[in-house]
Amino acid sequence: TSDGAAGPGPGADMQWCFSQVKGAIDDDVAEADIISTVEFNHTGELLATGDKGGRVVIFQQEIENKNLPQFRSEYNVYSTFQSHEPEFDYLKSLEIEEKINKIRWLPQKNAAQFLLSTNDKTIKLWKISERDKRPEGYNLKEEDGRYKDPNSITALRVPVLIPMDLMVEASPRRVFSNAHTYHINSISVNSDNETYLSADDLRINLWNLEITDRSFNIVDIKPTNMEELTEVITAAEFHPLHCNTLVYSSSKGTIRLCDMRESALCDKHSKLFEEPEDPSNRSFFSEIISSISDVKFSHNGRYMMTRDYLSVKVWDLNMENRPVETYQVHEYLRSKLCSLYENDCIFDKFECCWNGNDSVVMTGSYNNFFRMFERSQRRDVTLEASRENSKPLQVLKPRKVCAGGKRKKDEISVDSLDFNKKILHTAWHPQENIIAVATTNNLYIFQDKVN
Amino acid sequence: MSTAADMDVNMDVNMEARRILAVSISKLYASRAQRGGLRLHRSLLLSLVMRSARDIYHSSSRDSEPHSGPSPPEEPMDTTSSVEPERTVSEPQPTSPSAQAATEEPEAEYERGASGDKENLSPAKQSRKRRGKTSAAPDFLPSKRARLEPGEERYAACCRSGHPESLTSLSLNRVISAF
Repeated sequence: TSDGAAGPGPGADMQWCFSQVKGAIDDDVAEADIISTVEFNHTGELLATGDKGGRVVIFQQEIENKNLPQFRSEYNVYSTFQSHEPEFDYLKSLEIEEKINKIRWLPQKNAAQFLLSTNDKTIKLWKISERDKRPEGYNLKEEDGRYKDPNSITALRVPVLIPMDLMVEASPRRVFSNAHTYHINSISVNSDNETYLSADDLRINLWNLEITDRSFNIVDIKPTNMEELTEVITAAEFHPLHCNTLVYSSSKGTIRLCDMRESALCDKHSKLFEEPEDPSNRSFFSEIISSISDVKFSHNGRYMMTRDYLSVKVWDLNMENRPVETYQVHEYLRSKLCSLYENDCIFDKFECCWNGNDSVVMTGSYNNFFRMFERSQRRDVTLEASRENSKPLQVLKPRKVCAGGKRKKDEISVDSLDFNKKILHTAWHPQENIIAVATTNNLYIFQDKVN
Repeated sequence: MSTAADMDVNMDVNMEARRILAVSISKLYASRAQRGGLRLHRSLLLSLVMRSARDIYHSSSRDSEPHSGPSPPEEPMDTTSSVEPERTVSEPQPTSPSAQAATEEPEAEYERGASGDKENLSPAKQSRKRRGKTSAAPDFLPSKRARLEPGEERYAACCRSGHPESLTSLSLNRVISAF
């Protein structure tokens, strides 16, 4: 995307305002309502969320407000549908969760919108279309659909389309199933708009969007002897511009870039991105905190970003031996890893995202905090998504965590952080400074302050 | 020569390693009851932590002993699995993960012993045959009912009896056979 598209660079001057919050107010969170994925479409007009109950909710930006800067981030519910249901694998006596792991939008080709949604085992292509007219004046049917007695018809007329209230329909157009033994963690649509990949712990498959009964396996890291298993695939993505290139991250903290032109099976990587471990940081848990939970290409395709437990790293695709930038998300947790292991937080998989012009990266943390890192100015900010700060257009105050020593006023000490309030999923509008931040069961929408 | 201070640090590390092992085992047990089945990624990470904890535990135990004698007596081998007795040698290179939780391989697997184990392993014993399949179904094989209590009881009994070696050998074997 072009440089001016995302508006002024954030910098320390940028302020964020509350716009909306979606979801129940209760503190008692129903498990099915836990948000598991958030994704803007390519224009940013639509915002999709998936939850643990297998539902997809799509919000649409209010077009009338688009020209009113302070209201341009108003999103209203556009469509809600049940994407996946719980299933049972009888052969393995295993329940298959209906939780939506990922949603990816297809670029729009016609009036309808298409998205891919996936749970642990099955990917579905959904068509979301609008209907604002209905036919009236059939010759053979009454208005209520009952068939007329043919003998009673004395004249012919042409049915006409009359306006009706807008109806948004979601229908499953393709179901891609039975291709994954392990749990699907990623899907990614190729820039060729014909294929997409799906990745599980050990394999990556390539699909054609039109063909559901077969897929090609392009990466397979399953060892012949499972005892020799040392790493799994944690995320995968196609390059935004080069349809032959994909990357996948591993639980060991490495990223492999593969070129599908080299061979049918891309087990041999073209590039291996790995940063040597800092020996001074070694602990019982150093292996597991280096596991990469998310990988995202920049919009311009020149960089990629990875998220591990404590940091975000930006890699130049031309440099494999170390990242070009490393941002500490919550370094104060490094001394708490044992407790975080005990309460399972160390297994949390945080995602990360770029802004439209790749100048800022964002990721979530605990206590409903989320962090933004501005790359060129090396400035960062911590903000909080909370109901207390949700008056319309209220400016978010930067937060600060006190790692140790004397706690200043307005700072929060590490021990007061609520580790049950975690922000795993965030999304940035592709063109504007509008962000969607998911707490456990609420979706917050913020926009930059308009002066 | 280890000083008294070194011994103290060793004890701390030892305790910490034991605690982490205990936590890890209970997590592995709990993950059997999880919706969606065993997660390979999570199980792998748990096994990495357990392996580090076990290695550190054994090396700190060894260092705090006045002499490094023969391996401590092993727990009787579990009749329902083909798990080899746990070894105490900690290797400079990590051995294969002690627990692998492939969703397609729920039967008992075991960890290869370290190279120093050969004295106790005859070629015949190195058979990889999964005897667990043919024996009577034990109560801790993955089943639709989550029987956590027996495993936890055994573990707790082990703790109380204060046999650290049996703790590690028992726990990893139990854990592995749980998959």
